[in-house]
Amino acid sequence: MPKIIINDKEIEFENGMTVLQACELAGFEIPRFCYHERLSIAGNCRMCLVEMEKSPKPIASCAMPATDGMNIKTNTSMVEKARKGVMEFLLANHPLDCPVCDQGGECDLQDQSLYYGFDKSRFKENKREVKDKYMGPLIKTIMTRCIHCTRCVRFATEVGGVTELGAIGRGENMEITTYLEKSMESELSANVIDLCPVGALTSKPYAFEARPWELKKTETIDVMDSVGSNIRVDTYGWEVKRILPRLNNNINEEWISDKTRYACDGLLKQRLDKPYKRENGKLVESTWDEIINIVCSKIKETEKNLVAAHVGDMQSMETINSFKSLLDSIGVNNYDFREKPFYINPENKINYIFNTSIKGIEESDCIVLVGSNPRHEATMVNARIRKNFVNKKTSILSFGNPGDLTYDYTIVGNTTEDIKKFVNKQNKASEIFLKSKKPIIIIGESALELESGQFILESIKKFLLDNNFINEKWNAFNILIQNASSIGAIDIGFLKISKKNNFEFFNKLNNHQFSLLYLVGSDNLDFTKKDEFIIYQGSHGDRTAQIADIILPSPAFTEQNGLFINLEGRLQKSIKSTYPPGVAKEDWRIFNLISRHLNNQDLFKNFKELRDNTLKKIKDHSDFDVLPKTKISQENSEIGSFTNESVLIKAIDYYFSNSIARSSKTMSDCRAARSKNLKNQTGT
Amino acid sequence: MKTKLMEQIMLKEEDKIFKNLYNNLGWTLEESLKRSDWSNTKDIISKGREWIINEIKTSELRGRGGAGFPTGVKWSFAPKKVGSRPHYLVINADESEPGTCKDRDIMRFEPQKLIEGCLITSFAVNAHTCYIYIRGEYFNEGRRLQKAIDEAYEKKFIGKNACNSGWDLDIHIHFGAGAYICGEETALLESLEGNKGQPRLKPPFPALVGLYGCPTIVNNVETIAVVPTILRKGAKWFASIGRPKNTGTKIFCISGNVNNPCNVEEEMGISLKELVEKHAGGVTGGWKNLQAIIPGGSSMPLIPKETCETIKMDFDSLIAAKSGLGTAGVVVINKDQDIVKCMARIAKFYKHESCGQCTPCREGSGWMWRILERTAKGEATFKDIDLLSDVTKQIEGHTICAFGEGSAWPVQGLLRHFRKEIDKRCFSEPLIKKKRDIPYLVDQHLLEK
Repeated sequence: MPKIIINDKEIEFENGMTVLQACELAGFEIPRFCYHERLSIAGNCRMCLVEMEKSPKPIASCAMPATDGMNIKTNTSMVEKARKGVMEFLLANHPLDCPVCDQGGECDLQDQSLYYGFDKSRFKENKREVKDKYMGPLIKTIMTRCIHCTRCVRFATEVGGVTELGAIGRGENMEITTYLEKSMESELSANVIDLCPVGALTSKPYAFEARPWELKKTETIDVMDSVGSNIRVDTYGWEVKRILPRLNNNINEEWISDKTRYACDGLLKQRLDKPYKRENGKLVESTWDEIINIVCSKIKETEKNLVAAHVGDMQSMETINSFKSLLDSIGVNNYDFREKPFYINPENKINYIFNTSIKGIEESDCIVLVGSNPRHEATMVNARIRKNFVNKKTSILSFGNPGDLTYDYTIVGNTTEDIKKFVNKQNKASEIFLKSKKPIIIIGESALELESGQFILESIKKFLLDNNFINEKWNAFNILIQNASSIGAIDIGFLKISKKNNFEFFNKLNNHQFSLLYLVGSDNLDFTKKDEFIIYQGSHGDRTAQIADIILPSPAFTEQNGLFINLEGRLQKSIKSTYPPGVAKEDWRIFNLISRHLNNQDLFKNFKELRDNTLKKIKDHSDFDVLPKTKISQENSEIGSFTNESVLIKAIDYYFSNSIARSSKTMSDCRAARSKNLKNQTGT
Repeated sequence: MKTKLMEQIMLKEEDKIFKNLYNNLGWTLEESLKRSDWSNTKDIISKGREWIINEIKTSELRGRGGAGFPTGVKWSFAPKKVGSRPHYLVINADESEPGTCKDRDIMRFEPQKLIEGCLITSFAVNAHTCYIYIRGEYFNEGRRLQKAIDEAYEKKFIGKNACNSGWDLDIHIHFGAGAYICGEETALLESLEGNKGQPRLKPPFPALVGLYGCPTIVNNVETIAVVPTILRKGAKWFASIGRPKNTGTKIFCISGNVNNPCNVEEEMGISLKELVEKHAGGVTGGWKNLQAIIPGGSSMPLIPKETCETIKMDFDSLIAAKSGLGTAGVVVINKDQDIVKCMARIAKFYKHESCGQCTPCREGSGWMWRILERTAKGEATFKDIDLLSDVTKQIEGHTICAFGEGSAWPVQGLLRHFRKEIDKRCFSEPLIKKKRDIPYLVDQHLLEK
């Protein structure tokens, strides 16, 4: 390995590193504003200047590739002078409004001026004033504070895939703005707030809410989609004030989607804080004792095969497991976790997870989307696909038309016939696919919902197995599950299906064959109420709560501990960061109450017992935060019947996709801004 | 007797490269042919790349765009063999330096020299495409050049199998939009690609990663236009003119307070006084009335009268005098002018033209202008002058491109040579005198004065 000398300390570094990275490796911190690991190098803040032997000028370490035998000094007076000079320039036109700036306390400029700033300003002229720009409902701009690092511009063009953000004007008059001042059309837009090293771009919903040092920080995961982005929840008292991304290179890198970040105000609104019962068509407040009595008597008097249960999209594995234990103990046989009837094959774990893994997408050289819109279904997966596309110009093919995905793709066809041709190697797409070394296929729920759903999943799997694209080293078979609870529910077995009929639950449900429905957080379940008695257990007064006869308040995902398995099969812990409102009880305690009432027995003695029990049920489980050890087997599943139909990708109301988001004001603002943009585009 | 001596020092007529600098011989292709343009281009090319590059190296030709980098060495940086990416030659005709207008006259009156140079250089650096990036304000000059290119195409001097040499070359003209910074080679490439004209980070240098990521050689118009003549007359002839390492002839643009502003081709190393007195008809009001001279376009520090007496106009002598030859745009400032006002105007130019990409130049150029403006009006304090000096040093060497130096050097030159002039205007002492070692966070205004 090549060697570099930094401050007389010789270290080895990897080829391709920059001087700045080598300095970090040697343990010398370099101040910077414009440099960001995951963005292209701009080299324009000039804060990272270091001294290089034989160079009369200091060099920008972020942009200079490290070479063997370089001699770098970071602590000389020349370097300090250069940095102080740059800092003075940055502060010259920067307003001194730290006391009213939301970035205060977590501001790069503030931190670094402590080390490199002068105590007094020598800039006697009038400071530059810049007009604030409109960047949508999430980003508040105070452009006078901008130091022109262009991180936001680079993020938007490189990661976000939107080119609306840019700099206009030159010299002192350079300004960052969006094209025609419209909101940024990206689900990742709010990441520019984290990227901004100063307070030029701050969070609009969080404006003047709290100071960073007042907040309690909890490192947990997100459940808005099945990606399981790593997040940090900042709370002030009971309130969740904001959600920030946490670095996890395997999942979300440093970004999170806008929904993950800003649905959190939905946690404060529309909350169920007391048990309710319906009397004369109206919901009235009740107590736990009374409500458990009603529930139990209802369960007792209903025939068990007329009772059905369903869990929603954001339920932890513990909730699902204890719920299943309860259902088993009372002998209920009808339950499911799916919100709409899409085909599933729970025989082997590789049949329902994203086998390639999110990080694996980067290695791929051919990506095929089957009835999937990853941009809305799993934003972070889409960001990885874009990253791959930007780096390698990978060919991306799609069955069905998903709309704008922020990268170029070719639509192979819009019918299932095209998929059939593909697996039979009869079209050009399969030719491209077979030629590639590390291809991946991503099957969306929309495809599995089709009549040929079973055919699509099984024939594609067979096609991949036959061509050796599912092996120990590379698994090209991916299902893009949309809900955070889904994989966990399949592992625990929270579904009743037979080989012949995948949709038993849905058939009965839609034929109104059930008389008692116990729904846990199921707000997206697609059915119309007739005369079923509905018990709803959940956190938000959303769609199902309106039709429920009994409401059992339970905590939202930030208010109880739980396990979640993300779409690639990675097991992660969600940590309780605040407490639920009112008398809401944790889900497993409610099930315990019912069980005690019905059978005089606790389901689980304590949470630890529940967790241990849950862990045992996970298929191919290895450990937390790692990929599962899947087994590849040639099991014989029926290919299923084929119907020629069009591959319709069901649109997701992205900002309104779950009960928390629907309760959030910010999300509804985003939705309004998006539809306004759409209107302007069509010119109506 | 005196005139005779002068004639001897003057560049001999036959050694002049640009014989039609004043358009008395005509600019068309026909007329150029009479001046032996295109006379044996095929022979030159048939001698091969190595020979051409070696000749240019021996001639010690240095880039005429301002930095004075040896041209032969620059060409040899291009990969010897064309890999997967094509090579490009880009001619920098974005002549925006205040006080400089040499390229304009080359493109107007000697376009064929430039086009022939393009062909030879393209061959030497393996390029089949040559772009001429011409400043947007040179609209008529660009049209004239386009006509000349069309004529050369017609005669098959360029295009497929140019001059029967077997080499294909296409020349395209691209008009800039009037930004000074686009004269910086990497900003020029950005602009040519259709992006915002902002300099790129170096390394990698354009010779390896340039236009569209391909190896690109960027040269000034004058550099390329002298190449055919050097190869025709021999590197030794060119090297015999001027001084070692500062060889050949150079077009000087003399403007400002002179009786006869002009472009003149002269030997490198000619004395500045001779240049001004003889070719430009002397300083307005006589040599005694001279205040200072900017020897190399507005971005070079000025030199005071005492130095002007003896200084020789070439790269190394001027560097020794803490200035630079730059583009050889000689701006004469006589005593009728307010030197501080002049520099404030130059600072305003740089403030206006800074691209805004990197911090020191973006924030510093405006700051310098504001202080100078105040100084010119006599509203500055002594402290401001030290501050101004600090600001120039904080900009210099800390920027992405050489623009930082370009804006800081003129001010440094002013401070170096005209400190007294500035001090005269400063009305007051610093408000707070420097105290011993005052602890860092003590409010200084509370201390006793």
